[in-house]
Amino acid sequence: MKSLGSIRRSFAPWADPASKPFISVKNVTKKFGDFTAVDDLSLNIYTREFFALLGASGCGKSTLLRMLAGFEQPTSGEIILDGQNLAGIPPYRRPVNMMFQSYALFPHMTVENNVAFGLKQDGMAKADIAGRVAQMLKLVKLEKFAKRKPHQLSGGQRQRVALARSLAKRPKVLLLDEPLGALDKKLREETQFELMDLQQQLGLTFVVVTHDQEEAMTMADRIAVMSHGQVVQVATPAEIYEAPNSRFVADFIGDVNIFDGAVTSTEEGRVQIETTGGISVRLASPEKFANGAKAAVAIRPEKIRISRQAPAHAPTNAAEGEIWDIGYLGDMTVFHIRLKDGKVIKASSLNAVRAVEDPLGYDQQVWISFGEDAGVVLKD
Amino acid sequence: MERWSRFNIASVVLGFGFLYLPIVLLVIFSFNESKLVTVWAGFSTKWYAQLWHNQSLLDAAWVTIRVALISATCATVLGTLAALALVRYTRFRGRVLFSGMVYAPLVMPEVITGLSLLLLFVAIGFDRGFWTITLAHITFTMCFVAVVVQSRLLSFDQSIEEAALDLGATPVRTFFAITLPVIAPAVFSGWVLAFTLSLDDLVISSFTTGPGATTLPMKIYSQVRLGVTPEINAICTILIGIVALGVVIASIVTKRREVQRERDERAAFAAIG
Repeated sequence: MKSLGSIRRSFAPWADPASKPFISVKNVTKKFGDFTAVDDLSLNIYTREFFALLGASGCGKSTLLRMLAGFEQPTSGEIILDGQNLAGIPPYRRPVNMMFQSYALFPHMTVENNVAFGLKQDGMAKADIAGRVAQMLKLVKLEKFAKRKPHQLSGGQRQRVALARSLAKRPKVLLLDEPLGALDKKLREETQFELMDLQQQLGLTFVVVTHDQEEAMTMADRIAVMSHGQVVQVATPAEIYEAPNSRFVADFIGDVNIFDGAVTSTEEGRVQIETTGGISVRLASPEKFANGAKAAVAIRPEKIRISRQAPAHAPTNAAEGEIWDIGYLGDMTVFHIRLKDGKVIKASSLNAVRAVEDPLGYDQQVWISFGEDAGVVLKD
Repeated sequence: MERWSRFNIASVVLGFGFLYLPIVLLVIFSFNESKLVTVWAGFSTKWYAQLWHNQSLLDAAWVTIRVALISATCATVLGTLAALALVRYTRFRGRVLFSGMVYAPLVMPEVITGLSLLLLFVAIGFDRGFWTITLAHITFTMCFVAVVVQSRLLSFDQSIEEAALDLGATPVRTFFAITLPVIAPAVFSGWVLAFTLSLDDLVISSFTTGPGATTLPMKIYSQVRLGVTPEINAICTILIGIVALGVVIASIVTKRREVQRERDERAAFAAIG
């Protein structure tokens, strides 16, 4: 099979103003009694996109998915799918299928009949059903298990039956609710790539709900980070990670060090910030800030360098501290460094060689530093 | 294997003796040669043979079976629907009251149920007989079915119904293709329970019966008042046999299914392990 890398990189319909969204969620609100699960939410999803809704539990991501499937009706707002308003259309008449978190396999039916169930509802001819079922089982590599019942399968096999069943009707959109949540770590990582390949092969639009940021980062073309029923940021995984638009996103995705401070000066493409801990930070930023404006600086641990001597650009983008804690993870080591003002920051370094001659130890005095491109300035 | 202490053996013997001694006596005396119930005069099956010539007893048995079949079936339908409503629609007003009312007949003294039904039938001018007994039996067995089915529904994964809807099945088809087959064992146990309750009911039948509709328990009771005959012992033995057979078959079926399921699951996990 051809490498998908080049296709993936050039796939960005959201950046093209001429392309029409396939799914359009417009100002959707969903209330359960007094509780607002989804709050005036709007977003667009494009054909063939692998779209992830990411958030902590209770952020409204599952409710949004259930509204797409038709199990919940929006309190207000509308959802347009392929030009059709979905309001009032029951789940059994929507051109979408869903893969459930619990897999929801029919316990009294064989694997075959589970996969065939949706096709039978459409009144497809028997021979065609048999053909399609065989094809789907081949796709998920379960041909040998056609006659088994769900309880005779392992967790990973059940997951694949659920996938085959939800793909059998060739839905325009596949909704996946925590599709890998019940699998163990190793199987989950394998399955992530399988799902991506499958989505590319079949040319379908996938909307996946997950609370696992790694899963979302690995699989999705774009991620919508949700909180309290609202979308905080929609962007590609790289943008979400490297250019979070808010303190919430910066903090939610990966590890981050956040320094509060105020802007002291702005020049073309650069902004100078004095943090409350007394570090003067100079960062590249496309945005303009007023002098004295409150701002926060977010820097990822892997973008912080640790050195024994003061770097050349000190005192800008540098600070002194002592090593407070060391976490050895194998592939990298995480250092907790206590700065002069008592703030503890995280810095990680890749263990590129097997043994370092004079490794950094506890209580050692070090300098931390970072480049002008290493951090993001967040408006408070 | 644990050793049985004397205390344990004594309590088991006492408990079982308390439960089954009367029944064992009844069964033994049904094979008594003598017409005198309390005097053993040798083994005989003649009372069983005589049963087949006692037309009124056979009629009563036939009425009982028909009442039990019809009432158990109707009670199963109504009880299953009630259980579904109680488990699924948790947000409707007065749910607590409704569920309380469904279960009230479980603890209601039968005399009161019987009397109130009698008053109702008299008030609306319903001719008492076969159908009034059947209706009364539906009323009091329905709640038992509801309890059995409800306990199954509480552990039912509702997402499988959503999956069926999602795959294009209408709600009605979803019920018949998915929900009903999955809860079928509970519905069946509910039916068996309703059937046996109806089969041996005396009090409510007595209140709601009319001329020409005598159930077997009523017949037996009225005959016993004239003196216990070995014939009665014989028919009771047959009833015990039927009920025992039903219970044994039901438990074997359940046990087998469990064992099979466990074995399958172990095999599945061994295959990946």
